[in-house]
Amino acid sequence: MVLTLFDKIWEAHVVARRADGRDLIYVDRHILHELHAPHAFRKLEAAGRNVRRPDLTFSALDHTPSSNPGRDENTNREGAPLIAAMREGSKRNGIRVFDLSDAEHGISHVVAPEIGMVLPGATHAVPDSHACTVGGLGALAFGCGTTELEHILATQVIALKKPKRMRIRLDGRIGPHARAKDVALKILSVIGSSGGRGYTIEYAGAAARALPIEGRLTLCNLTIEMGSRTGLIAPDDSAFSWLYGRPWAPTGAMWERALSEWKTLISDSDAQFDAELCIDCSDLEPQITWGTDPGQVVAISGRVPDPANAEADRRPLLEKALRYMGLTPGMAMEGLPVHRVFIGSCTNARLPDLQEAAAVVRGRKVAQGVHALVVPGSAKVRRDAEALGLDRVFREAGFVWGETGCSMCVGANGDKGERGERILSTTNRNFENRQGAGARTHLVGPTLAAAAAVTGKITDVRKLMTGEV
Amino acid sequence: MQPFTVVEGVAAPLLEDDVNTDQIAPLGSSAWMNPDYAKMFFARRRKTANGADEPGFVFNRPQFHAPEILVTGSNFGCGSSREAAVWCLQAAGIRCIVARSFADIFRENCLQNGIAPIVLDPDDAHAFEALAVTIDGRSKIRVDLAAQIIKLADGTVFKFELPLADRTRLLEGLDDIGLTMKHLSEITAYEERVSLQHPWRSKP
Repeated sequence: MVLTLFDKIWEAHVVARRADGRDLIYVDRHILHELHAPHAFRKLEAAGRNVRRPDLTFSALDHTPSSNPGRDENTNREGAPLIAAMREGSKRNGIRVFDLSDAEHGISHVVAPEIGMVLPGATHAVPDSHACTVGGLGALAFGCGTTELEHILATQVIALKKPKRMRIRLDGRIGPHARAKDVALKILSVIGSSGGRGYTIEYAGAAARALPIEGRLTLCNLTIEMGSRTGLIAPDDSAFSWLYGRPWAPTGAMWERALSEWKTLISDSDAQFDAELCIDCSDLEPQITWGTDPGQVVAISGRVPDPANAEADRRPLLEKALRYMGLTPGMAMEGLPVHRVFIGSCTNARLPDLQEAAAVVRGRKVAQGVHALVVPGSAKVRRDAEALGLDRVFREAGFVWGETGCSMCVGANGDKGERGERILSTTNRNFENRQGAGARTHLVGPTLAAAAAVTGKITDVRKLMTGEV
Repeated sequence: MQPFTVVEGVAAPLLEDDVNTDQIAPLGSSAWMNPDYAKMFFARRRKTANGADEPGFVFNRPQFHAPEILVTGSNFGCGSSREAAVWCLQAAGIRCIVARSFADIFRENCLQNGIAPIVLDPDDAHAFEALAVTIDGRSKIRVDLAAQIIKLADGTVFKFELPLADRTRLLEGLDDIGLTMKHLSEITAYEERVSLQHPWRSKP
């Protein structure tokens, strides 16, 4: 039978077909976090149900911990009761917590691949829409709500209607100044924030295969911003060698056995997709969002679009976005003053992200009046970056070198911008008020964020590095 | 879960696309263990920058203080998977959402909580939205899920289709976990099979 990669993983995880037409999909690894799991524990206990597989379930503390250097669970007082409830609920149910002082602490979507918990062809669930990140290793991941989380705790399966299949073929060769984030933003500019609704997206093509694993994680991370619940990339030799030797990855004969199965995880050559899209990545410039929706993207050399050129029924939204962002049609993106820079999140806080940003920052200073924050995605990323001296590069330039967590991406830990501030952020959502009431977020990759921090304005990093600006 | 059969009430028009869950249930207050979902409901959009009520916002208008039906645009509920968005809508009294389309995770969260996510044909949607604006909460609208119709006070009828599986879940108010529990022996058999055939998956 001719199958797509997605179909292969799906079919291998179907436990049963329910009478209502939904498939029960087995969840190989389930990671909880403190915003939602305490509510699910409470509901589960009220219903007198047990956690079926505490050994496949893990608790992250990532959304609320403060990023202040030297922080503890009480530094962000709003989050403290959730962290306490998470620890207690996890203990009662025999679930391992990746606690604040543990070597494996961090954002779950960063930690799970990094320790080798995520495996190609396996399923993964997190009560967080960015669960899709780990599709970068060829895993099938689902972000879910609290009731679904409770369902998985009780049964280790998730009841899903099978989505349709979309393939996005990324052609060409990505140049030296574009990264996975730019590819994802480019796709968003084409299909918009709902173009992927109802689909699972497989990213394929030469440019996808050329991405390093961290870049694949970044690309898959932004799948939910396209409206798709999950996206993935066929695992290949670079995925296997990235995974090999990671603490939780299989070893010895088990590795060999797993590997021979993982090598079959590709879409068959004549597999059918319900939708296909090709994007040429050859001349891709660094990309930046101008509005309040992740699909509102232009190239860094571009200008703020004019709603008059859009379809009539889309105009009011575009006009509203312009008002919120304090922009007028035709303005150049380059040169807009920037007040705050955030480098972090499950999108762009892995070691290569910090290395790329540090290469821009090295030998420069954060511009006067700019508040610049770097929050590594995990304790390991933080340790590895410090071993390379990146913390010094950032600190000496005037950045705050924060403790790991979701931080300013979601603003649940006390880190946020002020009303009217323009923020360059390596995160995933530029919604109104996302990073603080009235704060104006532009989504970018790490190098554009770094360039803005040292110049105090939106700057084409290519020009900065060649001395043109 | 409360079964959904017939709901009759006021329909509040929020005719925008891409209303995300950050707007419906802003974080901050949800970071507490026992959030007040009624207070959280569109908390930021209900207020002006200086903290006064935003008079133009639909849910601040007196006739829409407790609407049973929400009428909105495409991709409703996009963004974060937070189920608090659905609990906020429930706390505001909403049992049924008529949208151009729904974000995938949000739609599932609706079904888990007995809220009917309804999509009309584009032409009907356009007409229904215009009528909802004209009626402006002055008369009630009836949503009959079994018959799959929306009926206005003047007798106008709009037909919609919700897949049978989703309809059954709502009509019967079924406990999803209970339904899956009926498959426990299959889950156990699956786990045994995986531990033999794909052992790296069964142990972290």
